[in-house]
Amino acid sequence: MIPAKFDYVKPASVAEAVTALREGGEDAKILAGGQSLLPVLRLRMAAPSVVIDLGGIAELRQIREEGDRIAIGAMVPHHDVMRDDLVKQHLTLLQQATETVADPQVRHRGTLGGALAHADPAGDLGAVALALEAEFVIAGADGTRTVSASDFFVDYFTTAIGEGEILTEMRFPKYTGWKTHYEKFNRVAQAWSMVAIAVALKVDGGSISEARVGLTNMGTTPIRASGVEAALVGQQASADAAKAAAEHVTEGTAAPSDADAAADYREHLARVLTGRAVLAAAG
Amino acid sequence: MTATADSTALEFGKSRTRKEDARLITGRTRYTDSITPSGCLHVAVVRSPLSHAKILSIDTAEAKKAPGVHGVYTLADLGAEAVGMPCAWPITPDQKAPQRPVLAKDAVHFAGEGVAVVVARTLAEAKDAAELVEVDYDPLDPVLDMEAALAEGATLVHPDLGTNESATWVFDSGEAGTGGSVSDAIAAAEADPDQVVVKRRFRQQRLVPAFMEPRSCVVDPTGEQIVIWAATQVPHILRTMTTVTLGVPESKLRVIAPDVGGGFGGKIGVLPEEMMTVLLAQKLRKPVKWTETRSECMLTAHHGRDQIQDITITAKKDGTITGLDVKLLADMGAYLGLVGPGVPVLGAFMFNAIYKVPAYRFSTTNVFTTKTLTDAYRGAGRPEATFGIERIIDELAVELGREPLELREQNWIKHEEFPFTTVCGLTYDSGDYEQATARAKELFDYDGLRREQAERRANGDRVQLGIGISTFTEMCGLAPSRVLGSLAYGAGGWEAASIRMLATGKVEVITGASAHGQGHETAFSQIVADKLGVPFEDVEVLHGDTASSPKGLDTYGSRSLVVGGIAITMAADKVIEKAKKFAAHMLEADVSDIEFNAGQFTVRGTGAGKAIQEIAFAAFMAHDYPEGIEPSLDSDAVYDPENFSFPHGTHLAAMEVDTDTGRVTLRQYVCVDDIGNVVNPLIAEGQVHGGLAQGIAQALFEEANYDDQGTLVNGTFVDYTLPSAADLPSFTTEIVSTPATSNPLGVKGVGEAGTIASTPAIVNGVLDAVRHLGVKDIEMPTTSQRVWRAIQAAQGHSTQETPIDTHSPGAGLGSIDPNNPQGEVQ
Repeated sequence: MIPAKFDYVKPASVAEAVTALREGGEDAKILAGGQSLLPVLRLRMAAPSVVIDLGGIAELRQIREEGDRIAIGAMVPHHDVMRDDLVKQHLTLLQQATETVADPQVRHRGTLGGALAHADPAGDLGAVALALEAEFVIAGADGTRTVSASDFFVDYFTTAIGEGEILTEMRFPKYTGWKTHYEKFNRVAQAWSMVAIAVALKVDGGSISEARVGLTNMGTTPIRASGVEAALVGQQASADAAKAAAEHVTEGTAAPSDADAAADYREHLARVLTGRAVLAAAG
Repeated sequence: MTATADSTALEFGKSRTRKEDARLITGRTRYTDSITPSGCLHVAVVRSPLSHAKILSIDTAEAKKAPGVHGVYTLADLGAEAVGMPCAWPITPDQKAPQRPVLAKDAVHFAGEGVAVVVARTLAEAKDAAELVEVDYDPLDPVLDMEAALAEGATLVHPDLGTNESATWVFDSGEAGTGGSVSDAIAAAEADPDQVVVKRRFRQQRLVPAFMEPRSCVVDPTGEQIVIWAATQVPHILRTMTTVTLGVPESKLRVIAPDVGGGFGGKIGVLPEEMMTVLLAQKLRKPVKWTETRSECMLTAHHGRDQIQDITITAKKDGTITGLDVKLLADMGAYLGLVGPGVPVLGAFMFNAIYKVPAYRFSTTNVFTTKTLTDAYRGAGRPEATFGIERIIDELAVELGREPLELREQNWIKHEEFPFTTVCGLTYDSGDYEQATARAKELFDYDGLRREQAERRANGDRVQLGIGISTFTEMCGLAPSRVLGSLAYGAGGWEAASIRMLATGKVEVITGASAHGQGHETAFSQIVADKLGVPFEDVEVLHGDTASSPKGLDTYGSRSLVVGGIAITMAADKVIEKAKKFAAHMLEADVSDIEFNAGQFTVRGTGAGKAIQEIAFAAFMAHDYPEGIEPSLDSDAVYDPENFSFPHGTHLAAMEVDTDTGRVTLRQYVCVDDIGNVVNPLIAEGQVHGGLAQGIAQALFEEANYDDQGTLVNGTFVDYTLPSAADLPSFTTEIVSTPATSNPLGVKGVGEAGTIASTPAIVNGVLDAVRHLGVKDIEMPTTSQRVWRAIQAAQGHSTQETPIDTHSPGAGLGSIDPNNPQGEVQ
């Protein structure tokens, strides 16, 4: 199908992009891979006045090591994220979750920053960014600011990115040597998650010393399962501990109901899958 | 077959890769939408968002003023109030058939029905202008549930018909004289402590055919003939029906189906959009193109299945079936499709399947609802029938405590009993259910998997194993024309072919079958290469253009090889007979002494001979040819089959069910199909694989969901869950062949077999995995949620299902406006 008319600009720098965004006003839309934007444009469910394509900004396509952090440019495609040596070494959870995103075509086009800024609660990467306590670098007319993951996700498709601002980079602490797993449950292999659980564990001598757990599609935003994390710390990485911790998984959630899964089933799945994800990570 | 000394030289039976694939797979070919005559205008259809409403007004003023617009039309503007889309299958003399207009008249009857049409210089301008058309609706109650639709006082889809019942069609073997009375059989079983009566209700959910290329047509009125290019399975039927519908003389119409990207029955219709495009082209005297979007396709192209099946089977306690009663409700949607009413009737003769059923009754009541219409979808009636019988046989096995495969064998037709006339009066010419089943069991390791299943049950494993069985047959090769006549079908079932011998010895084969992905060009070339003894590469197959292929009945119902292939064989025989006369003249011998073998005409007992290519050249030059014959080898043939063909097979599925989550996994799938002689095993295997994927998808993944307002809520590929290769295992397929005796090639057809057979195998397997937990049935698709709830309910844990918000965001497309998470839904 054919979208409604829009203007198209392809800035070469973040500064140019911010200017274009300001000039475009509230009906401007950022194109950051287009795997979510293009379908809604084609269905005419969105009709922006101007589309600002970030694909021409080379600086947003880099993955760098910055001291104790890994900085990933907003326009790095999923395919590059999951193949990157720094990600493989320090952010295995991000690698594992990215591998489950849609299909190869989407992973070559879609970007990490685009997915996080879109903030679909069924998207896989928000829960990972939240669990791993990523920082989000946001550029605007007055320079850049940094927002923590816990402040970044606000509501359905809503983030802390303000009017006239652009997400430029995500900075992840290193989780070198952590044990991780992304447990995804969906109707068919290429479908969105009905529920998914992101788990990262620091295991010392068989005992869990730190835990990070994020939930996909259990509320209006990605959700941090703090109750599960607290229950895991200090425990042996055993089936019993995993099951006991999983009982906390629905705390603070507001599972949606749709044709694939009603809320009660989602909550049940979250408990079962959390137990499995913890064991798979620890194993 | 032409016998040759070296049988390895035969093309028949060779797994050639398909010659059409390079252009089809790369897309570097001509599909309808890639044809744009100079000056072509483009169409956008304004469609109703409501399922049932009166149209109060349509304001086209703003749209008419939009840039590039050549015209905006309602039905009245087109002057087409009297035009009604054809239904070619009045299954009963009193079938109620509403007029289906090319655009809605004064009311809309399903969501997606066209209301107005915009014609513009570009498609983008047409789409932009379509948004400016203002339609004022007065909503009416939707009609969604078939049983409610038939109840007293129901809202009527078409009030002028006075009912939502289109027709009821009945077959009773007692009345037909082909078997006993099922009423008597049921009464006897109920009175007899040594018999059982098993009644079940099954639901065949509604499916979207989901062919790859959306529908499209281009109409060029600027020549002497109006040329219609269409993404259709049925170019010949489309030509005739365009005449019937619009009154344009058939001789003034040329229909071309260029390469067509799939159909599965979904392109068997004659579309209001096609007729509308013809009307617009005539009105504007310019070429006009209509191509639907994927969303329009899923919403408005006809759907498949959608039946409620009430089935009663009676049997002696020793397992012998004594009667079968089938009552269907079949959802037609808002109007009758071209052959939609007959789809359940095509299943009527297949519920008895491979079994010796002494008494049988079938009835279908076709019902109107305010949904997209239904019509043929891969298997058309036969998958529904196979599901019904193969599910009820498993239920009977449970009731009797019998091994389900043994119960089947006890009742099926033994190989030595062929030909066998069934309780429906059909004569199955050949088959060997024992052979296919024995081989399938071996490949599957049936006994080993039964042992594993028992162990898992005994251990109470989280993941349980089930074994699903489907021993199916189908009737295909549609169809003997007299049989179709007896069923009031609006056409015959013959197929036509021509063979042209070109001057240089190359061969053109013209077929009335119309390929849309099946591989006709390769398979037909193989047949003709053998028949005429010419290289495979020298045979060209032409199809799908009524100018080059003037006569034909197109492709559906696994008929192209079984009917069309035989016509080609007959035409080749005629070429050989004509060539013999030339050969006799050239070799100065008597015609009766001419022998033909592997492309050479020789005089018996001598070494003298002429190649068929030499004879073709001589016929072309025509300098010296026998008196009293025409200087041509070209030949035509029309084949009308005497009988259907009856492929069959044994399909076995190993299903794993995670009892904690309800997740169903297809671990292993084995099928052994008897499809008669096989022209090209590679193509046959491809057909089986694709068919299996579609049938399995019905069991596990697919369903067109409507909400309580009659809105299709999963009309995109984001939420209509088609499986991909990642969701299916590598199938084990094998073919055994008992040649059909009803046609000279011994072929049976394979296009629909996988789809027909696989659905009940999967569902039987899922149930077999959890039946010991108390689960009795799970509706299709057997999603993880349904399986989990069924297990919970069977274990006495009531699950309080929270109400479903069908428009919940979080699935990709609800992402428009965070302040309006319900998107654009009304």
